[in-house]
Amino acid sequence: MSSLNMPQWGVWLFALGLGGAIIFLGMSIRRHHGVHRSLFSWPYSLWIAVFTVVPLFLVAFYAFTDKAGQLTLENFANFWDSNREMKQQLIAMGYDPIVMGMGERGTVNVDTLVYSLWMALMCTGICFVIGYPAALFISEREFKLGPTLIVLFIIPMWMNFLLRTVAWMTLLEDNGLINTLLQRMGLGRVRLMYNSQAVLLGMVYNYLPFMVFPVYNALSRQDYKLSEAAMDLGADKWRTFSRVTFPLSLPGIVSGITMVFMPSVTTFFIPRALGGGNTEMFGDLIERTFLTADNWNVGSALSLIMMLLILLSMGLLRKVDPEGEGGSLL
Amino acid sequence: MDQTRLITLENVSKEYDGTFVLNDIDLYIRKNEFLTLLGPSGCGKTTTLRIIGGFEYPTTGKVIFDGKDITNDPPYKRRVNTVFQKYALFPHLNVFENIAFGLKIAKKSKEAIAAKVDKTLELLNLRGFDKRAVDSLSGGQQQRVAIARAVVNEPEVLLLDEPLAALDLKLRKDMQLELKRMQQALGITFIFVTHDQEEALTMSDTVVVMKSGYIQQIGTPKHIYDEPQNAYVANFIGESNIIRGVMVKDELVHFCGADFNCVDFGFKKNEAVDVLIRPEDVYIVGTDIGQLIGTVRSVLFKGVHYEMIIQAGGFDWKVHSTTMAPVGSRAGLSVVPFNIHVMHVEDETVITQEDRT
Repeated sequence: MSSLNMPQWGVWLFALGLGGAIIFLGMSIRRHHGVHRSLFSWPYSLWIAVFTVVPLFLVAFYAFTDKAGQLTLENFANFWDSNREMKQQLIAMGYDPIVMGMGERGTVNVDTLVYSLWMALMCTGICFVIGYPAALFISEREFKLGPTLIVLFIIPMWMNFLLRTVAWMTLLEDNGLINTLLQRMGLGRVRLMYNSQAVLLGMVYNYLPFMVFPVYNALSRQDYKLSEAAMDLGADKWRTFSRVTFPLSLPGIVSGITMVFMPSVTTFFIPRALGGGNTEMFGDLIERTFLTADNWNVGSALSLIMMLLILLSMGLLRKVDPEGEGGSLL
Repeated sequence: MDQTRLITLENVSKEYDGTFVLNDIDLYIRKNEFLTLLGPSGCGKTTTLRIIGGFEYPTTGKVIFDGKDITNDPPYKRRVNTVFQKYALFPHLNVFENIAFGLKIAKKSKEAIAAKVDKTLELLNLRGFDKRAVDSLSGGQQQRVAIARAVVNEPEVLLLDEPLAALDLKLRKDMQLELKRMQQALGITFIFVTHDQEEALTMSDTVVVMKSGYIQQIGTPKHIYDEPQNAYVANFIGESNIIRGVMVKDELVHFCGADFNCVDFGFKKNEAVDVLIRPEDVYIVGTDIGQLIGTVRSVLFKGVHYEMIIQAGGFDWKVHSTTMAPVGSRAGLSVVPFNIHVMHVEDETVITQEDRT
């Protein structure tokens, strides 16, 4: 089994899990009458505790401390003014930042956040505009191919999302498939990549199914007798849709928006792959702060700010639809 | 009754994936008539109703409404409203909004809507429920809202698709009476679909008995009960003894090894026939004067009468009688000629008997 080349801690974790499972199984078989049901939730609770709750506290801890472990709000100040650290260094070295041309507030972080939110909104909007009619069409009772189409929507998701994004690169590149075709047709090359539109395309492509599925679910679960009742009461096709079908699909829309918006804000890699680094988004910024700048404290602060924003938007959605699946995350 | 034909179905057939669920249905519905489509599930009664409502289009044939061909009109262009089987109330609207739905679509003024909905709430004993969510109501209340939502639009025809099927017995009986009362008060034509023969007999002016996409018989409840077209109708409506026999000549039929006088005529000589005798029409008499002599197999006390099974002439007779013969005893059976009903042996595709008031 040496070819597996598992890291040491991985082997330990695996052994721990296996041992736990055996003990757990043995206990339930030995006294399957006396076993408390809550016992079954232990493995998962433990998993959540170790790998989600503890890291969350760590993120909060890093965000509010400096490198020496002292309590501070500096990381958030650094988020607001990305030049702050450099200015402090200049002052420490006896220079005047204003004279050095560094007096202005560095807006990179805030701009990136605003840009990310804007991109996520655009992506969610486009996914809704494309996804809702698609889901409506697929969920038509007379449309027998519906389930097949849903499977076609799912198949691309069997591939890793990095791979899917790289595939788009080979299509959109200056020497990519589309440009080659355009040139063959005598239309010349066009720059398709390295801009926001390409990033948006990649995002919509990746997140569209997350809009289609919940909406499709909500629509196909709807009793067709309800639209019949509306038509019976004099509503034509449009008013049947606007007064019955659409309002009743709201929970699906809310969870679709949630499921597209959340990963959209935190998108990373897609901007780097399709935007060519010209269009950094917040997810990339966090990754860069952690890995390239090696600043866990500011990185954690950025993560915390993003989490708060997501919680806030979920809260807003909850206002729209109290029983919706998305809002209930809170 | 007003003899104006409000709705006419002409040669209506409906095919799904190669099988016909309706075969050449010819039927007219008169103004203010309470007409019931009766039959077991799969007989085509609901499909017929859906074709009238506009939810299905016939494969062949025409639907005429008030002299106008509406065969291909969508539901929202028809002057009919439907009470759906499981009510199909809008879950995102409250009781008032549900009832007001049609009026709002018709762009009635706010005051007119409020007034009409109020009146309908009153009519259906739903006062005070207007702000309630529909899923907080009981089955009976939901049922009333469904009816209110339809009748508030003052349709010329109300289609009811097994509206009482989901209610318990007591409530169903009350609603039967109430529906009948409402139909007379509002002067609306009712087309009612049910598989419950008792419901059909109690409420209807006209009953249409259906089987596998064919109409078996059309008539008043009394006519359908007393003069069923064939064994199928007889069996479906009420309890019955149906015995295979031979029509010896006019007004004389032979079954169970004996000849019986009857009032039926017009059959071929020695034609094989089905003979119908209702359990309450079989009298228990002394063994000396009985037309048939038999042995009592079982006795059940039903309150109003005894329900007995008496084996006589090679047939197990269902007998309802207020006099009881103990199990194992011998009893004579007697039937008066008037209560013997002779029917052609069932042929589901040849149906024409029609007798309405």
